[in-house]
Amino acid sequence: MFHDPVFASRMLTLLTLSFHIIYATIGVGIPLFIMIAQWLGIKKNDDHYILMARRWARGYVITVAVGVVTGTIISLQLALLWPNFMELAGNIIALPLFMEVFAFFFEAIFLGIYLYTGNRFKNKKTHFLLLIPVAIGAGMSAFFITTVNGFMNAPQGFDIVNGTLVNVNPVLAMFNLASPTKIAHVLAASYMTAAFILAAIAAFKLIKGSKHTYHKKALHMTMKIGLIFAVAVALIGDFSGKYLAEYQPEKLAAAEWHFETGEGAPLLLYGVLDENQEPKYAIKLPYVLSILAFGSPSSEVIGLDEFPAEEQPPLEVHYYFDTMITIGMVMIAISFLYWLGSRMRYTFVESNWFRWLIVLGGPLSMLAIESGWWLAEFGRQPWIMRGIMTVSEAATTSDYVGLMFVLFALLYLILGIGTIVILRKMFANNPLEKELAKVQSTQGGEQ
Amino acid sequence: MSLEILGISVLWTFLFGYVILASIDFGAGFFNAYSILIGKEKILSKVIQRYLSPVWSVTNVFFVFFYIGIVGFFPKTATYFGTILLIPGSIALILMAIRGSYYAFESYRAGHKGYATMYGIAGLLIPPALSVVLAIAQGGFVTIENGTPQLDYFALFTSPLSWSIVVLAIIAVLYISAVFLTWYADKAQDADARDLMRRYALIWAIPLIVAASGIIIELRYHNYMLFENLLNLWWMFAVSFVLWALTTWFIWRKRSYTAALWLLVGQFAFAFFAYGIAHYPYLLYPHLTIHEGFTNQAMAISLVIVFVLGLALLIPSIYLLLKLFLFDEEYIQGKKE
Ligand code: HDD
Ligand code: HEM
Ligand code: HEM
Repeated sequence: MFHDPVFASRMLTLLTLSFHIIYATIGVGIPLFIMIAQWLGIKKNDDHYILMARRWARGYVITVAVGVVTGTIISLQLALLWPNFMELAGNIIALPLFMEVFAFFFEAIFLGIYLYTGNRFKNKKTHFLLLIPVAIGAGMSAFFITTVNGFMNAPQGFDIVNGTLVNVNPVLAMFNLASPTKIAHVLAASYMTAAFILAAIAAFKLIKGSKHTYHKKALHMTMKIGLIFAVAVALIGDFSGKYLAEYQPEKLAAAEWHFETGEGAPLLLYGVLDENQEPKYAIKLPYVLSILAFGSPSSEVIGLDEFPAEEQPPLEVHYYFDTMITIGMVMIAISFLYWLGSRMRYTFVESNWFRWLIVLGGPLSMLAIESGWWLAEFGRQPWIMRGIMTVSEAATTSDYVGLMFVLFALLYLILGIGTIVILRKMFANNPLEKELAKVQSTQGGEQ
Repeated sequence: MSLEILGISVLWTFLFGYVILASIDFGAGFFNAYSILIGKEKILSKVIQRYLSPVWSVTNVFFVFFYIGIVGFFPKTATYFGTILLIPGSIALILMAIRGSYYAFESYRAGHKGYATMYGIAGLLIPPALSVVLAIAQGGFVTIENGTPQLDYFALFTSPLSWSIVVLAIIAVLYISAVFLTWYADKAQDADARDLMRRYALIWAIPLIVAASGIIIELRYHNYMLFENLLNLWWMFAVSFVLWALTTWFIWRKRSYTAALWLLVGQFAFAFFAYGIAHYPYLLYPHLTIHEGFTNQAMAISLVIVFVLGLALLIPSIYLLLKLFLFDEEYIQGKKE
């Protein structure tokens, strides 16, 4: 299989993007929380929050480094693996890609300044202000790259007449129909995931016996903000589904195993496909798909039968869709219970089993991000640019992609292990208690 | 000036920025590893941490800028270079990834021999891997078969020209970073580091000129058009040579290291732009020129507008960065955190 350059290129793209997205999500999400912690620290004059910001920022450096190198890899791989796509895309959608580079510049510059000027500014607020461009830069990177992906799903802003490209309008291409829901969903999901990862760390420390209020404050803040973003993600996700029903019905139909066009369409949850490609063991909720797609139980939802077999996306995307939605709902439930429980002073909130659930929530949220992207990308098959260019037309013809896959897989293994080892060492060598004592003792001297 | 010339000039300028910044960075990593291995311990570690860590990812963006810019302004480069560069490009990417991440890893385990060595060696291998692109672009190694470009690896790896370019890339990295670090260590009032780096700068000065002249001679046999174009620009190379001689003189006489650094930048700028002008109008000789490869008018105009707006945002930010880390003497001397 890996002798086929098209298949090998797809797998290498899958590998690199799935790895990059972990670091990219942290890169987009964490600055917001560093900012909030630092702001709370200044406002409440509470060292715990200041230290929280500092410790998060320190771990963030490591993930940024890997995010930067894997991002550099994917941006070049787009041309190395999909040269024909990149040529066409370069003509139409290069504008947001180019803008993204400026967002990177902006983020990288201010991150460098923020991280290496710890005690240089007399006024703590100045140091805080440096974070704003970092958070904006990271958010803008996600914005611009997601526009490009939106364009691949809903290409517009050009005409092809007799095989030549005319009437190119880069601005129209950038503001394509797929982008609004996509960008909102990606940003909200990044903030949600960052919140639950930070919450998972705090919950883990509490399970391990730390009684420090520092961890309780961290847990409380991230769970509450996480709840808000989790609800936002689900609401925007619903809009994403409505977008698909209207403009990319084949993707929604594949995700829902909706084979025949019809009114009052049912929603299938879970289940597996048997050897005749018939769903088995699925939970069937009558009319729900029509409601989700158009907001009314009688509306007609387009099924896969309207598309020729070679233009139908693979049916596995259903599993990715279910995984994402289930995790989304579970995370809303967990964070809501946490919020309610801590208001009402229920004891389960402080119990170990509930904290273990929170710990699990971090990796689960990341899995939801991965599943969402697999749904979005595999669901675009066979197109690389929907209706314009297929994946096999776009791919390189080089025979060595399989070999490169092995090399990059090794690289990501090393980088992944390296990240974990270094992060653990970093925090083991700087235990919270020691650092807190230091911050409090220098307080007098600093002012 | 036509839009394609404007585009390629901007990209070439950013590539020049990357070459200088990255050379400082790669060379410093190598000298650091070398000095740890021969037991001179951490003479350089501190300098590297103070200057390089805050700007590492900014340097990387210069590279990304060049690449995204060239695909934006000249989309055909994606098909021509994308197809043939799979292997050299992937190797360069893997090296850059190892180096970039070990940067972050090293900064928490400074002086760690294994990390420092990895990071030093990877840094010295990246310039050859990237500079192979220049050898390919000047022609002779690519044929078009059935409409897709094919790279002749055997010819590439047995050509004296590609090896001369590789050698020049390595020497230039060592020389540029030695001169920069001499200046920086001098500012930091770190006499040990300064004397060490000054010695390295002087060691690599002569090989640099020999390697650079070697390439021009090789080109005579390899691509006569490019060779002739280079000769027509002889005055630019002459200026570059004079600047090189002045740099070396300043360093040798221990005169103003600041002047030496600026002269060095000038020397490379003249040579780099002379080469670029001689290469005109080809992106990939003789298959692709900047005129054939250029994007449509609408995209070109919007890219230029974004570029101008982007610069308006960028220049003040970069000024702030330089002011805090490069031109703040108290910071450089370690009196500030
Ligand atoms: C924390 C992660 C997360 C969570 C909990 C959810 N999503 Fe999601 N989803 C994503 C993270 C994500 C994503 C990774 O961000 C995707 C991939 C591509 C995209 O645009 O966003 C995505 C894509 C995506 C798509 C495909 C969009 C397209 O291809 O154009 C749909 C229809 C939904 N989502 C719908 C939902 C619904 C109804 C959810 C209900 C809870 C939900 N998502 C939860
Ligand atoms: C946001 C910008 C993105 C762009 C421009 C982009 C681009 C591409 C391209 C060019 C391909 C190859 C064509 C194909 O096989 O369909 C692809 C495939 C793929 N991408 Fe994306 N991608 C983006 C985001 C992501 C992210 C963040 C992920 C998640 C991890 C992802 C996951 C995948 C997967 C799994 C494939 C393989 C799909 C398949 O083979 O069917 N993509 N993407
Ligand atoms: C085809 C898809 C993608 C490409 C080509 C790409 C490209 C890149 C590049 C070149 C970098 C390094 C920038 C630097 O040198 O500083 C990077 C980093 C980054 N990318 Fe991606 N990216 C892709 C997908 C995504 C997605 C989907 C997101 C967000 C949801 C994202 C968010 C980020 C962020 C925030 C960074 C900064 C590094 C960090 O803070 O961790 N990228 N990306």
